[in-house]
Amino acid sequence: MLPHPDVVMLSRVQFGMTALYHFLFVPLTLGLSNLLGIMETVYFVTNRPIWRTMTQYWGILFGINVAMGVATGVTMEFQFGTNWAYYSQFVGDVFGAPLAIEGLMAFFLEATFLGIFFFGWDRISKLAHLMVTYLLALGASFSALWILIANAWMQHPVGAHFNFHTMRMELYDFYSVIFNEVAQAKFVHTISAGYVTGSMFVLSISAYFLLRGRNIAFAKRSMTVAAAFGLASALCVVVLGDESGYLAGLNQKMKIAAMEGMWETEPAPAALTVFGVPDQVTHTTKYAIKIPYLLGLIATRSIHQPVYGILDLVDEARNRIKSGVLAYSALTALQIDPNDRHAEEMLDQNQDNIGYGFLLKRYADDILHATPEQMNNAAWDVVPDVFTLFWTFRVMVGLGFYFILLFSVAFYLALRRRLVNNKWFLRVAFLSLPLPWIAAEMGWFVAEYGRQPWVVDGLLPTYMGVSSISPSSVMISLCGFIFFYTVLAIVEVYLMVKYIRLGPEPLFKAQDFNVYPEKLVLQTSEGRNHA
Amino acid sequence: MLDLESLRLIWWVLLGVLFIGFAVTDGFDLGIAILLPVVAKNDMERRVVLNTIGPFWEGNQVWIILGAGAIFAAWPYVYAVAFSSAYFAVLLLLLTMGISRPVSFKYRSKLPNENWRRFWDWMVFVGGFVPAIVFGVLVGNILLGLPFSYDNSLRMTYSGGLLDLFSPFALWCGLTSLFMLTMHGGLYLAVKTNNPLRERGITWARRAAILLIIFFAIGGVWAAYYLTGYSIQSDVDHYGYSNPLHKTVVPQIGAWVHNYALYSWTMLAPAFGFIGALLAFLTARFGSSRFAFVCSGLSIAGIIGTVGLSMFPFILPSSTNLASSLLVWDASSSELTLLVMLFATIIFMPIILLYTAWVYRALSGKVDKNSVEKEKQSY
Repeated sequence: MLPHPDVVMLSRVQFGMTALYHFLFVPLTLGLSNLLGIMETVYFVTNRPIWRTMTQYWGILFGINVAMGVATGVTMEFQFGTNWAYYSQFVGDVFGAPLAIEGLMAFFLEATFLGIFFFGWDRISKLAHLMVTYLLALGASFSALWILIANAWMQHPVGAHFNFHTMRMELYDFYSVIFNEVAQAKFVHTISAGYVTGSMFVLSISAYFLLRGRNIAFAKRSMTVAAAFGLASALCVVVLGDESGYLAGLNQKMKIAAMEGMWETEPAPAALTVFGVPDQVTHTTKYAIKIPYLLGLIATRSIHQPVYGILDLVDEARNRIKSGVLAYSALTALQIDPNDRHAEEMLDQNQDNIGYGFLLKRYADDILHATPEQMNNAAWDVVPDVFTLFWTFRVMVGLGFYFILLFSVAFYLALRRRLVNNKWFLRVAFLSLPLPWIAAEMGWFVAEYGRQPWVVDGLLPTYMGVSSISPSSVMISLCGFIFFYTVLAIVEVYLMVKYIRLGPEPLFKAQDFNVYPEKLVLQTSEGRNHA
Repeated sequence: MLDLESLRLIWWVLLGVLFIGFAVTDGFDLGIAILLPVVAKNDMERRVVLNTIGPFWEGNQVWIILGAGAIFAAWPYVYAVAFSSAYFAVLLLLLTMGISRPVSFKYRSKLPNENWRRFWDWMVFVGGFVPAIVFGVLVGNILLGLPFSYDNSLRMTYSGGLLDLFSPFALWCGLTSLFMLTMHGGLYLAVKTNNPLRERGITWARRAAILLIIFFAIGGVWAAYYLTGYSIQSDVDHYGYSNPLHKTVVPQIGAWVHNYALYSWTMLAPAFGFIGALLAFLTARFGSSRFAFVCSGLSIAGIIGTVGLSMFPFILPSSTNLASSLLVWDASSSELTLLVMLFATIIFMPIILLYTAWVYRALSGKVDKNSVEKEKQSY
């Protein structure tokens, strides 16, 4: 029995929406926690109170953000079970493990130290508090690591095989799941994107303070930290972009072809299309402006390897569908007689393509007698929406290069000690505040929308993954989430703006802004008392 | 090395440990939230009450997140059936405890405005009251069995309606859970505050403890004499592939108390449930509130243990297609996954307990007006 199309559509909308929403808070948590660590380190080493104040003030904003990150994160984990029950059952043996380890290794660390980060300033030693801050940042990074290992397995399912007795994927090599090359690329890319977001947040808001001529000492120092950290991170994001990982699986090849609007396979090394209007009907990219050789170099890191075009990949999908049909029919035979050796052998040979059989199921009830027309429809299902991917990817990459430029200028101005007076730069820096979020959301979209029609590449089409629930149930929960998330978004932004407008001064005492080491100040005041 | 049967047993025990971990730690956070409107008379008292859990609730909540992750990884069928069948119960949990509770804690004291604070206090209460009942309702439904079935390709179909989850027995369990967590929260308040909050916490904890004992006892009688439990009528291979369709199950009134007749040591679990609550009631006022709090924790562990032991080896019975019921022996992950997860648990659980203990120690002591005002980040 096939799932109801409305349930599929609504569940996808709900998951996509809640994930995109959750991902508004994650990058800032990743970046800001590390910046807090850096600021507190300076305080620890120099003993200058202003650095403690910086850690505490940015910490308040961090807290407002983290509350939302936590609130929206739980939704994601529970949603696999509520809305994607078949998916959960199909992959739980593999996908569940990194998720559970994320809980053990990351969530406890992050959540336990979050409380003492805020409440522990006067309760524990300076060194202990510094450790707490770094463990908090480490927890956030571990969390990104394990969820991306899980996600990478959906993109490129390694280390597992299909077991017809249990009708699910089962783990045989945990090592290869952890060291999945897609996971490595994704982790570095995502985490440095988070660092860029955190840096931009500190840079922009400090620019705002400087434009208003407030909190100069505070803002200048914050901005310098953000400029240095931001520049290093922005370089990482682009250089270590996760495009390289996309060559691993077939679907990833399709993703890259769609991102590049590349219909035909070009002789290596392929040209990069800078501008164009991909047309899904005629299978061409109009008005294309191309740079020779570049794509081949970026994508394959070599001049000999070809980058496959969409049309060739659809042909490949046709072949895999034929193999998938064999796997599916073997599976049907095994459900009647689990001891059918012949069927078991056939399933073994074709099990990598079993998802392609499921894909055809949508078009043909009896897939053994599917018409060429139905096969063709299923084969074209593997092509995501090229126009959307082409452009979301370009916006993200364009922003990536812009961040390098912006942080380079910031870093240069900081070195020359000219940050404070450069009005035009401060304005640009302030106005750039939303850009990392746009880039991050685009990146998420390219990675996950580009994965369609699969929920697990080649093994399980998205439409099969949903729960046995009614469309109205999903509609109700979707409305509930939209309502709660909208209200909380308003409250969150309101509080953020309020605390940013307030600035650090009213929240701290005058001596907290002292730029000289604490002990020195104490000595002079004691000296005065004696006098 | 460990075989599949032992791994399945270990993960069944660990499942219980995680739930107990959650109920004993985040349980007092929920209890505190439930008691907030009745124990605190003014804004400062409300702040004191909230700050008793301020630095801790976040870490405590991870137990349920880890619990869900562990079910996903170790018992994928259970995860898929339970979460999708109890769709609205889970949605209620998410909206109240998952989404609005964290935000309410963090945001309520960020502005001095009275209406602002009143609104978030109300959300804190809802974020404790609703989940406390929903958790019990979920347990009730698991005891009753959920209406689901598998076809021969193991695709699950749920045939229940929206309000089926809220049957009389399930609501009874919901109230039991409410009293259990209220008792725990009240005693935590007694440990962490001075009079008059301490006194009020004790009063409410004692009321809740008495109600808990009554509700737990009647629930037990209900399960023993009136409730339809399930029992297995065929051999089940403890080492077999996890496919739930290879067994025969029959419904039977009172089946959920058979284990107590078969293995008398299992009586320890309900005994802990009763004696813990009774001792908490007796010692809360006239003994040490710390001791009463520990007793309350033991009572919770006993009550959750009772549910698990009553149903063993069932984890999640089906009320409509009995053979589809999920057992310890046929709903787990593969041997390798269970083993990998066990290693991860053995490595990380002691580390977690260590640093959690360190944080509780570093932030120990009573919470009062002064400590709340001194700290910039107080709730």
